[in-house]
Amino acid sequence: MEKKKAFKTFLSDIPQNLFSGFVVSLIALPLGLGLALASGAPPISGVIAAIVGGTVVSLIGGANVTITGPGNGLVVVILASITTLGEGNMQQGFLYTLAAIVISGVIMIILGFIRMGSLGDFFPGSAIQGMLAAIGIGIFAKQIHVMFGNLEAKGSIIELLLHIPEGILNLIKTTDSSMFYAGLVGIGSFLIMVFYSKIRNRYFQLIPAPMWIVVLSVGMYYYFELVATSAYPIDKRLLISLPDDILSNFAFPDFSKIYHANFINAVIAITLIASIESLLSIKAVDKLDPLKRRSNVNKDIRALGIATVISGFLGGLNVVTVIARSSVNVNNKGTNRSANFFHAAFLVAFILLFATELRKIPLPALAAILVFTGYKLASPNNIKKIFSIGSEQLIIFLITLFTTILTSLITGIIVGILITFIIHVIINKNILLFIKNILKPNVLMFKEEGKYYVSVKNFSSFLNYTKLKTKLDQIPESEEAIIDFSLCDFVDHSVMENMNNYTESFTRKGGHFEVIGLDDSKSGSEHPFALRKILPKQIIPKEGVLTKRQKSIQKISEEMHWKYYAFSAQETEELPTFGYFKTRKIDKVSNVLSNEDCTIMDVQFSEGEMIAKQVIKATILHIHTTKPVPSFTLDREGIFEYLLDFAGYKDIHIEGHSDFTRRFYLSGKNQEKIRAFFSDELVLFFESNKQYHIEATINGLLVIGNERLSSVKEIKALAYFGMGLQKTI
Amino acid sequence: MQKIHKILIGVAFSPNLKPNIFEAVRLANMFDAELVGVHVGTKSNKKKTDLKALLSKADPLKKPFKTIWKEGNPVNVIIETCASEQIDLLILGAIQKENLLKYYVGSIARKITRKAPCSVLLLIKPSVLRVACNHIVVNGLKDDRTEETIKTAFVFSKLLHCNKITIVEEVSQGELHVKVSDDKTLRKSSIARERLSTRENQRVKHILEDIKSKNITVNTQPIFGKRGYSIGHYAKVKRADLLVMNAPNKLGFFDRIFPHDIEYILSELPTDVLIVK
Repeated sequence: MEKKKAFKTFLSDIPQNLFSGFVVSLIALPLGLGLALASGAPPISGVIAAIVGGTVVSLIGGANVTITGPGNGLVVVILASITTLGEGNMQQGFLYTLAAIVISGVIMIILGFIRMGSLGDFFPGSAIQGMLAAIGIGIFAKQIHVMFGNLEAKGSIIELLLHIPEGILNLIKTTDSSMFYAGLVGIGSFLIMVFYSKIRNRYFQLIPAPMWIVVLSVGMYYYFELVATSAYPIDKRLLISLPDDILSNFAFPDFSKIYHANFINAVIAITLIASIESLLSIKAVDKLDPLKRRSNVNKDIRALGIATVISGFLGGLNVVTVIARSSVNVNNKGTNRSANFFHAAFLVAFILLFATELRKIPLPALAAILVFTGYKLASPNNIKKIFSIGSEQLIIFLITLFTTILTSLITGIIVGILITFIIHVIINKNILLFIKNILKPNVLMFKEEGKYYVSVKNFSSFLNYTKLKTKLDQIPESEEAIIDFSLCDFVDHSVMENMNNYTESFTRKGGHFEVIGLDDSKSGSEHPFALRKILPKQIIPKEGVLTKRQKSIQKISEEMHWKYYAFSAQETEELPTFGYFKTRKIDKVSNVLSNEDCTIMDVQFSEGEMIAKQVIKATILHIHTTKPVPSFTLDREGIFEYLLDFAGYKDIHIEGHSDFTRRFYLSGKNQEKIRAFFSDELVLFFESNKQYHIEATINGLLVIGNERLSSVKEIKALAYFGMGLQKTI
Repeated sequence: MQKIHKILIGVAFSPNLKPNIFEAVRLANMFDAELVGVHVGTKSNKKKTDLKALLSKADPLKKPFKTIWKEGNPVNVIIETCASEQIDLLILGAIQKENLLKYYVGSIARKITRKAPCSVLLLIKPSVLRVACNHIVVNGLKDDRTEETIKTAFVFSKLLHCNKITIVEEVSQGELHVKVSDDKTLRKSSIARERLSTRENQRVKHILEDIKSKNITVNTQPIFGKRGYSIGHYAKVKRADLLVMNAPNKLGFFDRIFPHDIEYILSELPTDVLIVK
């Protein structure tokens, strides 16, 4: 019975997953080509990885809304592997690397089977951050030269970075018009990437930034071809090259170097990064899943391994779970694995239908996408965040970062682990604490009066985190859990960060997760390190000097006899129940203006996770209704809604109000109740007022103007709108 | 072991001797038992008078104190004495780690505990004045000796005027047969967990049927975790005053390298521990 129902939901969700898969494929295409190019591999290999990944992992994977394909992190490793194994011959090096990819896939399968898929749990958080930042810098350093139209830049990461100013000068002074135009396209593309998220226009945002770049650069080619009198200024050398017959020209791995040390090194590095990147992404995407499911990590790692093996044999790159594309999938309402499948299907269609057009994309345009990705991985904000956790974390981060840049990835992460351990020993001035207790079970969990109680003894750090994790994973997130660290001498940053993640996922699923025993003054004074500081549950704003805007809002509040709190941590509990906030995480609520029923507030929330993360601040109005309201959403009618309609939503028509139906888009589950609720008076009210995005649930109404902070005037309008609406209802 | 007739205490002339003797005397009087002291080493008049002086300061013994002086390997001497004197309970003092609130058993005491033919009581903080015992934690393992152990715990609680006993059933994680990896397996494991908990509670309830437990609050607590380890951790978390455990089965060489059961407790005593044989 349940299976039948699940199948029915699956069928009914197909349209929206189809749509989401389509949007994702728009990003996956340029990214796949770009990542492969940056790896020194043929561009098609990235698309092969995405197609194989999307197909295989969607069929046998264990995660729900993730998208799989070629990953950012692997760029550096694969490039290194191709260069060292090929010894100057990139083509041959690629074939050897394909063999390394196949074997890393096999290792991933084994890891999945022995339930070691969560390799990433064994590494300290700051060391991983340092490694990812190093990868980001590696991508950035190499691709920025390509972005400026210079394909010949070679050297170590440091040299490449030092040559950037020279590269800019070269671009300005160059006499080579092909390079100059290519560089312009690159810089233009980069600007699109940077400013894309700043323009919050729905119609503009329907197409993802990378696709805008592709569309515009291909459009430019056709402009020169069909309209302009001069020829296309960018040389063929600077355009992407795809095999003539895409379907028959598969590269086949060369296994003849399999016993060489370099080969083994490459396999280890590829497996390590593939597993860490996938794991981090799966974990991050689980936080975004609107249906709040838990992914089966080991099953997914297994599926990724199988996909990698197949992809390797077909001449494609590694298949990993990727965060940016997955975030886009969630934001476009992808609900199950079929979105991943459709993304692969659309990619096949694109490659077959638009191969000629794709060959017109200038390399600098793709490089711009990667420069932006690299920058995001190593963004100064990350460093700031790590420093705020503690200076020792910054030391770990920087040492890992520089070792990775100067030597190799494997050396980097090993040094990162060692330095973390050494710092832990120094902090505790006690190496025996770790040596004596590392193998002991240190976690006790039992259920008492309906609550789960977990006590951790001795020390809790990345070294023995898996012990704690296996226990915590057994607690359903809808329950209440108390984690007691009072018997612990030391809790490290990786564990604290994970505890914070658990707190979030418990809150999301209606449970409660509380960490206690760390504010114990006695033990606190012995180790006054941030490693065991209290969880930063939410950024609680401090009292401060009011800004002009806040003062104005205060004035309004006095005029209207509403209450105003500039700094408040309240009201966040009800907001997550609204559909709008299902895929968006609320960070902070401030400037709360309220009377008994209506509350206007500034909400800071984020979309996406990790490098795809975007922080948005918006002003919203929340109305507590006195009588029950059926769940519905009300929007302006337009192209966007037309697309949603295609994705399985239906516009509800209110009889006798054809004008309302034409202007507004109304949807919801219970059509009867909604029709009854929309009385003539209410329809008239909506027709005669400004049009907002309105969502209703049992917790009241949520009114959103634009997705940004409102001006004082707009707040006033919003307040009157709220009062009017409240009265009408 | 339920009735205690003879208690043995090791007499080493250390700073801990006084509280050790005081505790032993108190226990002997509570159980109405005979107290035997054994000193491994040479007999001298000074030691004799010192001991006498100590005993005179303690509560008067109901039954005469017997001292045995013997030379040799302390482990062997004590174990032999246990056998020859038909001792029911051996009392050993634990050592506190410097500046840390952690107690462990010294290497000699550990060896004795492993080999002793009788029950052993390990005291972490023997005191000159009596400290009331409020909460006893006892293991409820699925084992032949468990019934005896639980009964002993009840005898102790009665004599020590302790009115709260918690029986901890340790179930190893492997018995669940489900590993949690996603929502489905999580549901499965939760169900399996509930089922096993009920089964364990039933088993202990069966044992409790023929034990009179008036005025004593009896709780059962199933714990999923490493055997021997979880109960110690639990006793510590619950600030129990006495932990009562089954004596270990024969331990081999590997058991010490890969500690399990009682070894976890010996390496870090959570509280006073009674090992019932």
